[in-house]
Amino acid sequence: MRFLLDDEQREFARSLDGMLTAADTPGAARAWAAGDTAPGRALWGRLAEAGVLALAVPERHEGLGPLPLELAISFAELGRHVVPGPLVETVAAAAFLDRLGDEPAAAEWLPRIAGGKALVSLCVPAASGPYALDPDAADAVLVVDGDTARLAETNGPLQPSADPVRRLARPLGGTVLARGPAVAAAASHAAEVAALATAAQSLGLGRALLDRTVGHVGQRTQFGVAIGSFQAVKHRLADTLIALEFAQPLLHSAALALAAGADHASAEIAAAKVTAGEAAYAAARTALQLHGAVGYTEELDLALWIRKARPLRDAWGTPAACRARVLATAPKGAGS
Amino acid sequence: MDLDFSAAEDAFRAEARAWLTAHVPGTPLPSLETEEGFAAHREWERTLCADRWSVVSWPEEYGGRGASILRWLIFEEEYYAAGAPGRVSQNGINLLAPTLFDHGTDEQRARVLPSMARGDVVWAQAWSEPESGSDLASLRSTAERTEGGWLLSGQKTWSSRAAFADRAFGLFRSDPAAGRRHQGLTYLMFPLDADGVTVRPIGRLDGKPAFAELFLDDVFVPDEDVIGAPGQGWRVAMSTAGNERGLTLRSPGRFTAAAERLTALWRENADPSDTALRDRVADAVIGARAYRLSAYAGASRIAAGGSIGAESSLNKVFWSELDIALHETALDLLGPYGELSDEATEAPAHGGWAEGHTFSLAGPIYAGTNEIQRDIIAERLLGLPKGRR
Repeated sequence: MRFLLDDEQREFARSLDGMLTAADTPGAARAWAAGDTAPGRALWGRLAEAGVLALAVPERHEGLGPLPLELAISFAELGRHVVPGPLVETVAAAAFLDRLGDEPAAAEWLPRIAGGKALVSLCVPAASGPYALDPDAADAVLVVDGDTARLAETNGPLQPSADPVRRLARPLGGTVLARGPAVAAAASHAAEVAALATAAQSLGLGRALLDRTVGHVGQRTQFGVAIGSFQAVKHRLADTLIALEFAQPLLHSAALALAAGADHASAEIAAAKVTAGEAAYAAARTALQLHGAVGYTEELDLALWIRKARPLRDAWGTPAACRARVLATAPKGAGS
Repeated sequence: MDLDFSAAEDAFRAEARAWLTAHVPGTPLPSLETEEGFAAHREWERTLCADRWSVVSWPEEYGGRGASILRWLIFEEEYYAAGAPGRVSQNGINLLAPTLFDHGTDEQRARVLPSMARGDVVWAQAWSEPESGSDLASLRSTAERTEGGWLLSGQKTWSSRAAFADRAFGLFRSDPAAGRRHQGLTYLMFPLDADGVTVRPIGRLDGKPAFAELFLDDVFVPDEDVIGAPGQGWRVAMSTAGNERGLTLRSPGRFTAAAERLTALWRENADPSDTALRDRVADAVIGARAYRLSAYAGASRIAAGGSIGAESSLNKVFWSELDIALHETALDLLGPYGELSDEATEAPAHGGWAEGHTFSLAGPIYAGTNEIQRDIIAERLLGLPKGRR
């Protein structure tokens, strides 16, 4: 057993972090919210160059994967930097197409996904609700309802989210891509990948919220001292760190279980999803509270992180759905 | 990165499981927190030690198996899964022994550790004083130099099971003139039956007489029972506060087993439409799993040459809160039977929940209050400025 990221994995995370730090991701997110997807698409291209999108695509379709652990590592960085777009949906769509067994469809889309040429949104109403994320910006919108998959023709009117960077709309019409039990099985696998990637995004988002807030309370003075010297402030931040720290091993273990195709992967992903989602949401509340009124403004970039925490907590598996899944499979006993 | 056990680790687990299956008493021992139960648990320590299961992580020369932290975690998982008795020697094993390994002499280790491993000498901790709890460095008990040793005087309190234990260890102020209060403290071991020692049992919240107050009046302790250098007691005591003890104070196996018992209770008793209760059961299962995985990560880090320092404070807050939530959920599942103690003839079949709940409430207090732990997390891990407590 070596339950630690290896040097290469750490370096991968560090290099993504460095690249995204230099890339003005808050600017790209703000532009995305305003309907200008060009900076976001440019970012997407750089992520593809770094190999992020290829992690969900098998080698036979010009990918590097599937590598769930590396996917989780990279999505934590995407969350840390509030990168806009249907990132989770695209990698989940890749997982769907890979599992579907429809070679022409896979050959058409997977190399483009791996290369960053195609943004694909995915809507699985049973797992993600009725809306597709960013359908107007995506090159394709895949809808999987029961045992039928289709490529949507268009979408309904935009339904603004509390996080304006998330552009939601109902996918409409389109042609049937595939039908049958393989579709439902591939969709349930895709939903697991989406839940894992969302959990990772939440974890990174939460860590960024904590880092920014620690920085703030060390600088901000009231009553003549840094507010970070007050116990009420310290203890809230300590609790935020605890929640994030214990979400991380669940995430890594879930990624390993998914990579191994283990029976308990579903329960593990659910545990990681609810824990990371709740930890990030709690981090957002802490960040807002400890920034005070300035945290409750749009001007501060912090808003981009705060507003994303709650939707990520609920996307691709609400806490209640995740908790039910944890108990649906018998607990894994010691050593079994 | 992997979570796989080696064939040797699997064999170790199988050996532990087989031994426990053959030896764990079929009926629970009387409570560890009573005189009768203490004696029964001391016998259990001897049984464990006879087959070298009492201190698996110690070197073989002291009665252990030289087990890695990972193997220790495996043993603990099996131990709690088997429902084996509580450990009467836990304070000696968890607190004193690591200090002796780091700061003791060969003579001290040879003298103290084997009898601890056998349960022949059971150790109590003597840290707190009536006026010194979280602010331990303010302690007032003294060690006065005398020929060949020291004379201890003062008062210690909240000493668990000291009314039944044989010896104790703690910090004493040996140099009242030292410039700073963390200086001038000395770490000493002393017998609880020596002249000048008065032990007064104190009933705990759970009704058990397992706390004690120690009154010390010129108790002689020879030089050989000083650990580390005189005056260096604070450093000696604190240097083992993190590192492995951050993992070993409360083993994940304890919570994994409790979460499995809770899940069984839920499957047997719960109204399936009560999703609020289901969510709390799920959170206990998830929490126990997170703690277990986090321990594997910690063990991997140590195996790779790293260490655990202030991170142990994350563990302390996490498991103590998990323990309370887990027991509260069990009591809610049990409804009117939740409050029944083990002595009640109609106590639930999977007993121990009421006692376990009361004991869990102590978790955020002992071994450094959670308020102090959160200060440590904020200051040492997050780098926030020190302030007044």
